Order: sequence, then C-alpha cells, then structure tokens
Amino acid sequence: MKTNSIQTSRRFAWLPVAIILLALVPKAQAHVVPGEAGGFESGFHHPWSGLDHICAMVAVGLWGAQLGGRAMWLLPVVFPLVMSVGGFLGLIGVPLPGQEIGIALSALLLGTMVCLEVKPKKLIWPAILVGVFGFYHGHAHGVELPPGESGLLYSIGFVIATGTLHLCGITIGLLHRWAAGRMTIRAAGAAILICGVYFLWAAVQPDANKSAPAKVKSSAVAPANLCRYV
Amino acid sequence: MSERIYKRTILVAACLTFFLCPARADAHLVTTGLGPVYDGIVHFFLSPGDALAALALALLAGLRGPAAGRRTLFILPVAWLAGGLAGLTMMGWTPLPEEIVGSLSFLLLGILVATDISLPTAVMAALAALLGGAHGFFNGLGVHEAGTGRGVLELFGVAVTLFVLVALVSALAVTAKPMWARIAVRVIGSWIGASGLLWTGWVLHGLK
Repeated sequence: MKTNSIQTSRRFAWLPVAIILLALVPKAQAHVVPGEAGGFESGFHHPWSGLDHICAMVAVGLWGAQLGGRAMWLLPVVFPLVMSVGGFLGLIGVPLPGQEIGIALSALLLGTMVCLEVKPKKLIWPAILVGVFGFYHGHAHGVELPPGESGLLYSIGFVIATGTLHLCGITIGLLHRWAAGRMTIRAAGAAILICGVYFLWAAVQPDANKSAPAKVKSSAVAPANLCRYV
Repeated sequence: MSERIYKRTILVAACLTFFLCPARADAHLVTTGLGPVYDGIVHFFLSPGDALAALALALLAGLRGPAAGRRTLFILPVAWLAGGLAGLTMMGWTPLPEEIVGSLSFLLLGILVATDISLPTAVMAALAALLGGAHGFFNGLGVHEAGTGRGVLELFGVAVTLFVLVALVSALAVTAKPMWARIAVRVIGSWIGASGLLWTGWVLHGLK
C-alpha cells in the first residue's frame, strides 16, 4: 500500500512543477519578426487554399506517374519553374487575359489526360501543356500575393507547397503498377475533370467576366475562386 | 570595333553600372548572446537567403564531381570572408540592394542545378568566388551596421559554418549516383530557381 502511494506521488511529481510554471506565466515578450514566419506560413498555405490549384498540381503528379520514366520528374520540375515565370510577370504587373478560364482548363485537360491515360510519344508535348498551365497558375498566384510579407520566405513556402502537391500526385500515381491502382488513378483523373468542368462553368459566368478588371485581379473575385476556400 | 573590344566595353559598362548604383545595406547578423563566433555560426540557420544560396552552390559543385566540390569547398568560405572584410570597410556603401543580389543568385544557381549543366571547374571556381564575395560583402555591411566591433570574429564564424555546410552538402551530392538521387537534387534546384524568380518579382514589385 505504502509502495503504491510512493509510486503515485512520484508519478504526479511533475504536477506541482507544471502548476508553478503555468502560474508564473510572464507577459509575452517574443514577437514574430514582421513578415518573417508569416511569410513562409502564408506562402506555404497559398497553394493549398484553392481547389483548382490543388486539382491541377495533383493531376500533374498523377500524369507524370502514368507516363513514367523521365516524365515522372520532368513535369514536376517544369511546373514550378514555369509557374514562377508566371508569378514573376504577375508580380510586376503584366496582365494575362482569360486567367480563370486558363486555370479551369488546366484542371479539365490535365484531368482528361489522367482519366484517358494519354501517353504522347514525345515528352515535349506533356511538358508544353504542363508549362502553359503552370504559367496561368503562377500568374494567378503572383497577382494575389499579399503585401507586407517576407518575399523570400513567402516564395520558398509557396514553391515547397507546390512541390509537395506534385509529390502527393506522384505518390498516389505509384498505384499505377497494379491494375486496380490504374483504375483508381483514372477515376481520380475523372474527378479532376469534373472539377475542371465546374471551374470552367464558374469562370465563364457573366459575373466572373464583369468582375475581372483590366488589372488582373480577377482571381480574387471570380466565382471559380470561391472554391479555393472550400 | 573588334569583338574583343566590344566584349570589354560591355564588361566595363556592366562594372560601372554595378558600382554606380549604390543602395543602403539591409543585411544584419543576428546576435545570439553567445559571442561573435557563435553569432556567425548560427547565421546560416537564421538567414535562409544566404543558406539557400550556399546550399545551391554546394549541390551544383557536388553534381559536377569531386574536383569541383573540393575547389568550391575552399574558395567559397575564403571568398565569403574576403567579401565580408570588404563590406566591413565600406562604411555602409553597397553597389546593389541585397535582395536583388540574393534573388538573382537563387535564380542562377537554381537553374544551373535543375538543368545539371556541365560547367568547367574554372567556371565553378569563379561562381564560388562571385557568390561568396557578394553574399559575404552584405554580411560585412550588416556587421558594420551592428557596430559590435568584433566583426572579423563573426565573419570567421560564418566562414567556418560555410565550410562545414559545403563539405556535407557537396559530398552528399557527389555520392548521388543513382538516378533518383540525382533527380532529387535537380528537383531541389528547380525549387530554388523558382523561389529566386518569384523573389525577384517580389523585389521588383516593391513588396518585401
């Protein structure tokens, strides 16, 4: 009995220490340096905040896995690089017409490629297709970048998140080695295709076009953008 | 005008542009409270701009083989230290904003790693000297602005950490013989290049 009570008292020995520590909570002195940690976090969060972006980036990974060989890594390398070109142009204020339609088409066409397991003979065609859509996505991100953040950390977080989405697609695409897995991937492609149809429908709504001013702020207000916050 | 003279004229014009566009120095070394050498040692853990540039160069050197890796291992820290000492004596004067230099070095090195381009060892050495000199210069300016009076020790800490970082990363890249490992290195390079281009756009847009 006595042994038990000693064990119990030892087990809860941390409790008074914890209470003292909690009771002596000083005023917070630590501050996140403005635009530092926030920059990385918001950059990392940005690609995950839109279903249209997620669909396209995962589709790139899935298609790369279906194509196999060099395509598995070439497409995910091409996408961030071209996307950053689009982001660069968006940041310096170069307008891009039909931005929402381009993004919607990216999900639609890439979903179609995955669904039908299209395998072009030359790798240049998938690279071009992925590159064009990467450009659209990058431009949309470029015009949406919030002010007051650390540009460096935001960019790093943004690119890492994009790459992570591709890796998710590639990892799912590894199911391709099994017959059931191939069907699953094609079903995922069909789901992305359906999402793309919805994005396209939303992008061509009159309100979307009306709310898209000349200075490419369309993605912040277009109906297709609503699904980014689902 | 012969091609040689034309090239020299371009080089002189580029150098003049570089040195006639001064901007205020914004680089700072973080103070740890553990002394100047440790301030320098933790620099790469707290400054992603410098750390990623050094990482990209180390990866590039590793991809180019042991000879390039060995040269980079010694040239980069020495150039960084020399650039830092130059920055210490410049009294806050800087030819270009740090963000421009940082973002362009990200972009250049990232693309070189992603494309796995074959560079002569001499070019690798020149790249190491240029990158080390430029980034070290801004470190030196930051140390000068902090006014600790022990800037040389801080820069020494930076150079020592850089030596270790380059040794580990380039050795890792040299041993990346399987195809997937080499691809992984190239993917990291593409991410660094993409970050550099976005950062360049950010800087040009005036956001920071």
